[in-house]
Amino acid sequence: MTTEGLTQIGRSNTSAPSVTPAVEARGLTKTFGTNRAVDDIDLTVMEGEIFGVLGPNGAGKTTMLNMLASLLPLDSGEARIFGYDVRSEAHAVRQLIGVTGQYASVDENLTARENLWLFGRLQGLSSKRAHSTGDDLLAKFDLTEAAYRPISQFSGGMRRRLDLAASLITRPALLFLDEPTTGLDPRTRGQMWDTIRDLAAEGSTILLTTQYLDEADALAGRITLIDRGRKVAEGTPAELKAQIGTSSLHVQMAEGADTAKALALAAELTRDTPIVTPTGPGFSIKLSDANQAADVLIALRNHRLDITNATIDQPSLDEVFMTLTGHTGDPRVPETESSE
Amino acid sequence: MATTVTNSTTTDRPTARTVQASVPIRDALTQITSLAWRALIKMRRNPEQLVDVTAMPVLFTVMFGFMFAGAISGSQASYLPILIPGIMAMTTITASVAAGVQFREDMDKGVFDRFRSLPIARIAPLAGPMMADLARYAIAAGVTLIVSALMGYRPGGGVPGVAAGVVLTVITGWSLAWIFMWIGTIARTAGAVQGMSMMIMFPLAFLSNAFVPAKTLPGWLQTVTAINPVSHVVSALRDLMNDGTFTAQVGWALLGCAAIAAIFIPLAVRSYSKRV
Repeated sequence: MTTEGLTQIGRSNTSAPSVTPAVEARGLTKTFGTNRAVDDIDLTVMEGEIFGVLGPNGAGKTTMLNMLASLLPLDSGEARIFGYDVRSEAHAVRQLIGVTGQYASVDENLTARENLWLFGRLQGLSSKRAHSTGDDLLAKFDLTEAAYRPISQFSGGMRRRLDLAASLITRPALLFLDEPTTGLDPRTRGQMWDTIRDLAAEGSTILLTTQYLDEADALAGRITLIDRGRKVAEGTPAELKAQIGTSSLHVQMAEGADTAKALALAAELTRDTPIVTPTGPGFSIKLSDANQAADVLIALRNHRLDITNATIDQPSLDEVFMTLTGHTGDPRVPETESSE
Repeated sequence: MATTVTNSTTTDRPTARTVQASVPIRDALTQITSLAWRALIKMRRNPEQLVDVTAMPVLFTVMFGFMFAGAISGSQASYLPILIPGIMAMTTITASVAAGVQFREDMDKGVFDRFRSLPIARIAPLAGPMMADLARYAIAAGVTLIVSALMGYRPGGGVPGVAAGVVLTVITGWSLAWIFMWIGTIARTAGAVQGMSMMIMFPLAFLSNAFVPAKTLPGWLQTVTAINPVSHVVSALRDLMNDGTFTAQVGWALLGCAAIAAIFIPLAVRSYSKRV
């Protein structure tokens, strides 16, 4: 089930038999001109979850997020955040959420410390509290040394961390993270993942968008797959992987080896149809379990079918899309959603 | 306090707080002053933004003082009391255009995305920079007065009259700036704000008694200048600074400023909120 991302939250109110979801959206739709950026999407995120929205550029992830965060009007459908309507109760919604976008929404004219103080003051903290909360967050995000530096000297990773810190000043119950690691180097990316896990462990509900399968896999308890504004699949990472196979084996046969026999062996062992490599003797085959790679290679060895190379690939996002939508998630589709 | 909406599902969570249905006035004032502080820091770190309230008044005062004095009044000494109140009004109106232009530029910046997502009063992002701009109008009035003093202007109203004149100038700049703030919230680009604002700024400044006595104008133009609130501001400034008298013109000027603010503040806030 979906409980792996849930943290225990003491709930004294036991009279309510059904729990209000953190996010509940029905028939969410947004059209820009003729482009249906978000097309009839239903979404339910339970409290305490890390929920991933996975899709290529231009799939409508950011648009959807902005609609849920009360930042973009809904064309049709409805959305509630902890029971508050994003249209009629936007002010209440904004008290419960924190939003961290793809582009750092901090003030370039201010230092890191000044930024956090300003956002603290705007949300009702006293000047002193705003400073102490800001300093705590700077320490937590490893920005203490940069506290008095202008933002213009910040690296991409530092900006992202400051941006996330700014979203956490009032400990919002629900965090929207729009592509939190896009453009970050691998080390910073790993740090961001740790931070997100920590936040969830502390009780925040997190809705994050990502283009990366491994990111959704590593962080999210449940994933919704979005393509061209439509929801194509939803489930736990394990459930989604079951639909697309975990990896594929690419084998390059030695000159003169019996490729036809190798294909037959591989097909028999994996119960899948191998694809013949177009450029030379060899084949690729999907594996539902990585151990099948060993089975295939041992079988080839036992039948004295020589190989020159063998590699195992994790499925790419494109393969996921191929499997679930029948087309590739074309990254060249322009991002029409982020300009709002 | 505003009415509070509580929701049983959110009150018992570790992050929970009482959810408010609207922003209490006290909080709104804190938000406005915080955003004014941000605007002042921005001003201090981008001093080139102050060119229009420092270099411009010098240019206007010297240029008009030497160019028109002979033609209009015969001598510089007799023209300065007519001219300087006009220059003060004109420089602040010019400076108030920048409010709309800068707001439009600001709206495209990332930090405005965050302002939108925060539970703050909708007027705060507009009223904050407007509050900081009071300093700009005071600088514009002060620079004009210093330059005019160097040119020989000796206001008869003395310190109290001049101080009252500066206050009225600042009030005028602030009120008129709401027109340009409103344009800032409806225009697509900062350049468009500049262009549209010029079309309003020039008639306001020049179809008035700011530079020439109204009685020298043709009849229809006298009617236009008579209803232009800037004319009343200029007349009021002349009365305050030259004679030290608090005349009915001061009342009309304040009433005109109040009317402009009463019309354009709601317009600006509404159209800003719609963009969100």
